[in-house]
Amino acid sequence: MSDYFLEIKNLTKYFPLNNDVLSRLTGKTRLLKAVDDISFFIKPGETLGLVGESGCGKSTTARLITRLIEPSSGTMLLKGEDLLALPPSRMLEMRKTIQLVFQDPYSSLNPRKTVMQILSRPLEVHNLAHGWTAKRRQVLHLLHLVGMGVEHADRYPHEFSGGQRQRLAIARALAVKPQLVIGDEPVSALDVSIQAQILNLFRELQEELNLTYLFIAHDLSVIRHISDRVAVMYVGKIVEMGTVQEIFLHPQHPYTQALLAAVPEADPRKPPPRLTLHGELATPIDPPPGCRLYGRCPLATEICGQVSPPLSDRGGAHYVACHNV
Amino acid sequence: MTDPVLQLEDLTVRFHLKRGQLTAIDGVTFTVHRGETFGLVGESGSGKTATARSVMRLIPIPPGEVVRGRILFEGANILEYSDQQMRELRGKKIAMVFQEPMSALNPVFTVGKQIADALRTNLAMSKKEAKARVIELLQLVGIPAPASRYDNYVHEFSGGMRQRVMLAMALSCNPTFLIADEPTTALDVTIQATILELIRSMIERFHMSLIFITHNLGVVAHTCDTIGVMYASHLVELGPKNELFAHPLHPYTVGLLNSIPRLDTKTKYLTPITGSVCNMLQPPRGCKFHPRCAHAIDICTQEIPRLKEVAPGHFVACHLHT
Repeated sequence: MSDYFLEIKNLTKYFPLNNDVLSRLTGKTRLLKAVDDISFFIKPGETLGLVGESGCGKSTTARLITRLIEPSSGTMLLKGEDLLALPPSRMLEMRKTIQLVFQDPYSSLNPRKTVMQILSRPLEVHNLAHGWTAKRRQVLHLLHLVGMGVEHADRYPHEFSGGQRQRLAIARALAVKPQLVIGDEPVSALDVSIQAQILNLFRELQEELNLTYLFIAHDLSVIRHISDRVAVMYVGKIVEMGTVQEIFLHPQHPYTQALLAAVPEADPRKPPPRLTLHGELATPIDPPPGCRLYGRCPLATEICGQVSPPLSDRGGAHYVACHNV
Repeated sequence: MTDPVLQLEDLTVRFHLKRGQLTAIDGVTFTVHRGETFGLVGESGSGKTATARSVMRLIPIPPGEVVRGRILFEGANILEYSDQQMRELRGKKIAMVFQEPMSALNPVFTVGKQIADALRTNLAMSKKEAKARVIELLQLVGIPAPASRYDNYVHEFSGGMRQRVMLAMALSCNPTFLIADEPTTALDVTIQATILELIRSMIERFHMSLIFITHNLGVVAHTCDTIGVMYASHLVELGPKNELFAHPLHPYTVGLLNSIPRLDTKTKYLTPITGSVCNMLQPPRGCKFHPRCAHAIDICTQEIPRLKEVAPGHFVACHLHT
């Protein structure tokens, strides 16, 4: 039996592009390798932060885990059980175990339903409460969990602020008593002072309900704050993974170092943001062999352009994918 | 201190909406000197974008109304300028870079044509001259192979590249004053670093003054000379950057600085500001921050505090600091 709550092995998602100009001209289908052979694990009760810039594949990863889209290949084990081999009868149960909280609090709640209706729906789908009274009791409990009250139950989403809506999205995710909650940039669209409230809420709920989190964000300070361990993604690959202290204090991969150097800290006495990597992001469409950072990397050697470096343990469960460090 | 280029004096702008009256900017006063980078910081509803648009006279009147105040640009009150005079000003003297390049740039015209149009309209250049100048500008802002990108459409550029195009357009007529409204908010951190560096080098090269609007305190810490903090239509604190970060006075500024997660230290819980911003259609009496303020006293619920200088160049609008 696995110690890991979630174990991902060689997960891959390729999107065939056959409707664009280049494909039609050459008659060849091009492949967008959104997630390209990634492996990671999350221990029970811990928070794995997944960080990377636009197009690195982090949101696609979230959707693959919840099977909102199906992987091209790879294995996903939830408490040792193969998620991809689940019969339809077990799928519904799986959806109770893993829940998603999305980035945009303005589009993830149905504007035509009241809070009561939105929070009752998961209870109805999974047969968790019968009759109005039972549902009402659950809904009020959920609202209380996220710091809201009975006065909010019969209102519509548009009557709430971004922060409050995000609380509602979290309450909805908690309705089915999940064990793993995946947050896909859950605080990115919120004002800074509200972000802090929601991050605290995530923390409190984790302690109270013994939750495991996969927290996806592009803001490194947020990742630093919320995570126990961190995985850094770049153009479909995981380039570095380790404890939050290791990643932030001793980053080894040139891309991780570049990301950290580029973050402007809210203290004028600290060094200003620096650019250590030049050039543009590599393309995930029919990428050339070798490391994705080849072409931008100050450490690149010949092998980097030919062989994609494997993610290897450098000691203390600090994984780096690089030929030269 | 160099001479003032832009002075806002008691600027107050109200919107007459169906659901009520909304005062978006209330008594805002600050000065930007030649060569200075002024950071205007605030969250949603603070009035910072409305302030920038007021300077450019981009606020639709009606439903907007300038209730009182003056905006002096190089000594002249531009609120009294005619449409013709404003057209002379926009692009040529004051230029603006907006937050979402996909929304600010025209998707149906090529990038080259858009910038060339600005040049031909403002500087009466010929088609050939304008094209040459556009390619020069695209080169200046770091767009590789600029001649070949002239005929590309906006959607053919990445987010960071689009922002460079906006910057090229803003700089095209050699303005002396630039207003950048959240220019890097939608961008990845490494692209942000590139654009910030680009803006900095342009400012230096062309001796420009800049108003940089953002909610990101990290960005202002490294780009601005002076910072103004706005909350619910008011300027609540104003001062030199180092002074403001070292000795923040207004409880909102303090709260904001305390609530952001740090890259270097790890605490279990952050210290957020409780509650949320007030309903601007029915704001509370007195200081608009008082419902969220741990230090509110009686007078805070009665009287709106005025901006007062409490240290050289450091102003704060708070009853605790009078």
